[in-house]
Amino acid sequence: MTAAVYLAIYAGLLIFLAGCLRRILAYSRTPIHLRWEIYPLPHEHPYRAAYGGSYFETQEWWRRPQLANRRGEWRVMVEEILFLKSLREFNRRLWLASFLFHFGLYLAIAAVGWAALAMACGLLPAGARFSGFDHVLAPLAKVAGAGGALLIVAGAIWLLLRRVADPTLKNSTRAGDIFNLLFFITAFALLIGGYLLRAPGTASLGELARGIVHFDRSIRIGPAFGAGLILASMLVAYIPFTHMAHFIAKYFTWHAVRWDDRRNERGSAIESKIPAVLGYKPTWSAPHVGADGQRTWAEIATSNPTREAQK
Amino acid sequence: MSGTINLRDVSRPDSEPLIHLENEELMPLPAPLESPEKDRAWAALSEQCQTRYECGLDDTCAVNIPKPETREEEAQLVARFLSGLDKLFDKENNWTFLEPLLLTMEHCTGCQTCAESCHIFEASGRNELYRPTFRSEILRRLYFKHVKRGGLLSAWQHGDIHLNWPLVARLIELAYRCNLCRRCAQSCPIGCDNGLVARELRKLFSQEMGIAPREIHENGSMLQLKAGSSTGMNAEIVKDNVAFIDQDISERTGIEVRTPWDVEGADVLLIHNAGEIMAWPENPGAFALILTLAGVNWTMSSELAAYDAINYGLWYDDAQFARVALKQMEAARKLGVKRVVIGECGHAHKALCVIADRIVTGDLNIPRESYLPLLRDIVLSGKIKFNPTRNDFPVTLHDPCNMVRLMGVVEPQREILRALCPQFREMEPHGVNNYCCGGGSGFAIMSGNNFPDWRFHVSGRKKLEQILNAFSDCLGPETPKYLCAPCSNCKGQFRDMITYYGLWQKSRIFYGGLVELVVNAMADVKPGFVDWEWR
Repeated sequence: MTAAVYLAIYAGLLIFLAGCLRRILAYSRTPIHLRWEIYPLPHEHPYRAAYGGSYFETQEWWRRPQLANRRGEWRVMVEEILFLKSLREFNRRLWLASFLFHFGLYLAIAAVGWAALAMACGLLPAGARFSGFDHVLAPLAKVAGAGGALLIVAGAIWLLLRRVADPTLKNSTRAGDIFNLLFFITAFALLIGGYLLRAPGTASLGELARGIVHFDRSIRIGPAFGAGLILASMLVAYIPFTHMAHFIAKYFTWHAVRWDDRRNERGSAIESKIPAVLGYKPTWSAPHVGADGQRTWAEIATSNPTREAQK
Repeated sequence: MSGTINLRDVSRPDSEPLIHLENEELMPLPAPLESPEKDRAWAALSEQCQTRYECGLDDTCAVNIPKPETREEEAQLVARFLSGLDKLFDKENNWTFLEPLLLTMEHCTGCQTCAESCHIFEASGRNELYRPTFRSEILRRLYFKHVKRGGLLSAWQHGDIHLNWPLVARLIELAYRCNLCRRCAQSCPIGCDNGLVARELRKLFSQEMGIAPREIHENGSMLQLKAGSSTGMNAEIVKDNVAFIDQDISERTGIEVRTPWDVEGADVLLIHNAGEIMAWPENPGAFALILTLAGVNWTMSSELAAYDAINYGLWYDDAQFARVALKQMEAARKLGVKRVVIGECGHAHKALCVIADRIVTGDLNIPRESYLPLLRDIVLSGKIKFNPTRNDFPVTLHDPCNMVRLMGVVEPQREILRALCPQFREMEPHGVNNYCCGGGSGFAIMSGNNFPDWRFHVSGRKKLEQILNAFSDCLGPETPKYLCAPCSNCKGQFRDMITYYGLWQKSRIFYGGLVELVVNAMADVKPGFVDWEWR
């Protein structure tokens, strides 16, 4: 059981990282797109960001440098990531369930991080800096882990009930959505139940962390907790291949689309990317487009189908 | 029938509409249209239309797609759709929007936050067909099945759908049941964009299958590229008409006005929506007067497409969009102007100032800006004397989506109205949270079959509610009220919708642009520029 758990965790993390990397590369390799921002933009001047204004409100805006109010961006990002601000603002009925679920995930991630740190601190020689921190971090990880798992299970059950009972979600609910929520509920219910009800002599969280690092097969892991760890590892591996990878997408949808008001200025990075896309050779079939796979996008854009029809 | 349809229904082989709307089901309106009996009855689609065209979606028909005569023809159309679907997700064919489209396809959680923001969905009585995710979910399932070549596992994960001609025909119509206002995208917690999905579907149908509403393609962008303007005016006619407007404005205001044409090296190249010249000549006249009095060194261009700011390609076709934008910029380059200023046309603002920014390069990249900051600076500069008591009537402001939510020009128009209109009041919500007029994305010029009935009952209904609420303290006909709409398409929608509901007669709700209010308040101009004559 112990070796199987370790292998599942290693594999789960590796597949997760590879899946995330693949997705990040896929989006970052798409060509530059046309501007498609939506206001308000948080990196505008705070006065303007408050009501959604832009630099277009100033005559001859190009004479002034573009503002990059990163503090404004960070504030919105923190509110959005931690508290799901847009959901709270625009869809309050769904917010609490979703907030519990997501906050539970953050706690669970924090628990893993704190457990790893506690283990690292525990390896330090006595008297070294941070050597006693494991006594603080380990219980913190336990509380965060247990709390996180409980919130995930509660949030996922609430979301599942809504998916099943709310007729307005009927057309946008796929079998995969139900499966995903059941997957979370099962994995985290086993984790929390298995850990809290584990038999004497089975591994604590700290021992498990050390065991994972050293591949120590001598420690005992209870069957329910072990099954929870294996399922959770499979879940982690599965996430990047589903729409649940929206934590990656959100970076692109917000920073590269909604908030992307970068100007095409002389000598800018934007300007340098344009010639490549204007050189693409589309193959759209409608006659008015005039795309034959040989003409470039720029040649098509500078042609006039009404004049060509007269020739 | 509302709320009962399933995604599977779009593939239903019959040509019966999926839904039917009754006035009783729609979102209620305030007084004086507070009961469904006071609402207008819908005109039914003609027998001829139902026989000849695909009308299997709802009570109306926007695109007039001829019904295929044989199974083979249907199969060919489906094959062309599939070919276009592949191109939509290919960088050589669709670099323009590939990244946002992919992100939207692959990450929607189906939370329905977007639906709560959609005026069409709400106004329809929350009809499932108009839910923003309804069309997106169809495209998403087609994407995973036919573009990503997903098998059974993918169908289980992303949902399955049966592709056939009835689905494609319904999807074509459904792409024209969205105003592309992107209020849904503004509220999406993930950043998915159902407005973009509607727009990209329109692109697929136009650029691959050659299918688009006649009003925005043949009579729109194609006519603009042929004659110079979608109004059909060539350069000589437009100059004649503007000369007539100059003469009329000079007489009405008592101040001599002459529009300069093709002035090389001018500071400002002003481009109007040419529809103003035809339908609301007082608007370009007011611009000419203001710029003349303010001493701006400005000109208009008589080059092809450069005296008409419209760019319908923005709504449905990248090639047509780029062609018109580049023609406009070429005219600016030829004249050597310092900047291009867009008049009262929302979509032209976004098209040339924002979207075209990444296709203009080198000496074509001449700065473009909205007329609003220029007008605000003129009004607040003290160069022109104003008497705001001339505008002492209730005024409310419509925020055109393209200028406000999609470009961030929010305050200049308000600064002007606060300075010149003592009874200015906001609609709620307003600014970047505004609602579309209901005529956005081409609907204002689409009047075929009974489409206007849908446009006024459904897409314009939320805005109508906002207008009536804004004037709720003075709805009687004894008080003339001014709905300020600084956008030609929005004005067209308001003209038609106010007429449809008889609100000029019942409540004296008038509509017009912003520059007309500015001229009306000029102390040195003959009083009564806003003449309260319905047109």
